[in-house]
Amino acid sequence: MKRYLTNPKFLRSALPAASLLVLLAAIFYIQPRAMSQFGMNLMLQYAVPIALATIAQMFIITVNDLDLSIGPFVGLTACIGATLLNTNPLLGVLALLACIAAYAALGALIHWRNLPSIVVTLGMSFVWLGIAVLVLPTPGGTAPDWVKAIMSFKVPGIPFPLIAAAIIAVVVHFALMRTSYGAVLRGAGGNPKAIGRAGWSLLKTKMIMYAAAGFFGVLAGLSLIGLTSAADAHIADRYTLYSIAGVILGGGEFVGGRVSPTGAVLGALTLTLTGSFLIFLKISPDWQIGAQGGILILVLALRALINRREAQA
Amino acid sequence: MSSMTASLKNLREKPWIWSYLGMLVVWLATISFTGGKGGGDVITAALSFATFTVIVGIGQMFVITTGPGNVDLSIPANIALSGAVAMKVMGGENEMLLVGFAASMGCGLAVGIFNYSLIRVLRIPPIIATLSASFLILSTAIAYGRGLKIKPPLLLSDFTTLQIAGIPVLALFIIVVATVMSVVLNRTLYGRSVLAIGQNMRAAWLAGINVERIRFATYVLSALMAALCGFLLAGFSGGASLNMGEEYLLASIAVVVIGGTSVAGGKANVPGIWGAALFMFMLVTMLNTFGASAGIRLIMTGLIIVAVITIAGGDKPER
Repeated sequence: MKRYLTNPKFLRSALPAASLLVLLAAIFYIQPRAMSQFGMNLMLQYAVPIALATIAQMFIITVNDLDLSIGPFVGLTACIGATLLNTNPLLGVLALLACIAAYAALGALIHWRNLPSIVVTLGMSFVWLGIAVLVLPTPGGTAPDWVKAIMSFKVPGIPFPLIAAAIIAVVVHFALMRTSYGAVLRGAGGNPKAIGRAGWSLLKTKMIMYAAAGFFGVLAGLSLIGLTSAADAHIADRYTLYSIAGVILGGGEFVGGRVSPTGAVLGALTLTLTGSFLIFLKISPDWQIGAQGGILILVLALRALINRREAQA
Repeated sequence: MSSMTASLKNLREKPWIWSYLGMLVVWLATISFTGGKGGGDVITAALSFATFTVIVGIGQMFVITTGPGNVDLSIPANIALSGAVAMKVMGGENEMLLVGFAASMGCGLAVGIFNYSLIRVLRIPPIIATLSASFLILSTAIAYGRGLKIKPPLLLSDFTTLQIAGIPVLALFIIVVATVMSVVLNRTLYGRSVLAIGQNMRAAWLAGINVERIRFATYVLSALMAALCGFLLAGFSGGASLNMGEEYLLASIAVVVIGGTSVAGGKANVPGIWGAALFMFMLVTMLNTFGASAGIRLIMTGLIIVAVITIAGGDKPER
């Protein structure tokens, strides 16, 4: 037991789950009534779209890039979901597929010209927002019934967001951490030269990772309108920050392909709960993003401490 | 033939020329659409608005020049906070002008020190550090500036909107600042050190440059420029608002890139920032004149940035 508690590797991988548990414990202590299925459902409602956006960001961070456009992109897919997908399902599906293809093309462009991803994605964030405004000029639209049905799915005894989060974590964990091509994809971030010399196409890995990010961005947009039932071009502007913070909280390293899908989902849950925590503490919502920044810095500080310990040992 | 390659090489060494050429093309397209009307007004407006982008762009340029991964994402939050603090401290009184200016500079200094200490103490990439910092700064600005409807002192709003023969005085003032910064970049020990670190941090360290001190100064400089922008912008737009910094995140990075500064670090130039800022403003004006909708304007702005970086950013060696 004691060996585990002083083992830096163990501490580092336990940090995301520990931060979530500490936050949950604090919430239950302040507001015991939150400890019900209804309370959990309410607090974690938006965890599903945030977790999906976080996974999307994680794919990009795996290949050493950063996506500053995922928020507007999620907003765009939400707008398409609440308009085209409802009125003309075939066209809607085609539009969403085109969005994913555009992400793959961005990956190709960034690889081909060796471009800094933050500048490209910052530019693209305007493009996504512009298209979203054209698709849905004023807030409105209606989510397709099947999307709403999925998001209001109820299982007796367990809050739905937790089930959905677990499914997301398991599926992505298996695909990225347990398959041999998943290892190649992570290697493209960890040691691109070695992966390239071993005969794998770096262009292909980049395109696959960007396409995967686009796919999860689409899922995030759809799950979001499943909850809100209407959309708006600016509906997910904050998701860029949420997704980056979620990956980092979940133990993802910024460079080197070291990421954790389970951690990313836990990080997204932690971020979602911060809002409820502040409400229970009766702190003004003004401080919500500040508190999220504070938690981020705190977790990073703990990780720096663990890393320093490891370096000394 | 050889003279052509020589002039091509010359052009490559002056990447800022493109932003001015782009500006000229866009301006000509605009006034040919209106039949020559309002050409001067466009320039006046472009100079007024580009000024603020140039201020933050200069700070961002120094940060980006220190090498890959260095970028200041806390600029919008910093603009919002320092603008709000200055307005509150001055309370609309002319005689408090200097105190208000000092207060916003103090804000900038604090933000810069905070940003750098996160990078240094937590050893996290600057993108994440300045992003986390911006969360906290923005929250402070929101909590501090809620319901804040204080008019700027008359002296400040007059100064920031003053024009002589259609030329905004503030723009002239910032042209002087940009010139000074250009000298700082190219002729001082600090500027040369920034360039050296951007080219090769290890080599710069081995050459005896105090890398950490230079990086510290650079993040503080960027934060001070953002604070200056917040102070002047609040005066220009008749008071501080919480989202007045929002557009400057993209704008500050875009003008640096379009202006010909290398995103890989180690190569920078100040004149390009002015050209790029004017170009960006005139582009939006042109699209407005053509009657393009908000959506089209956003799409075009984004595509131009992606196009410029695609053309410019190709041949950077990987380090």
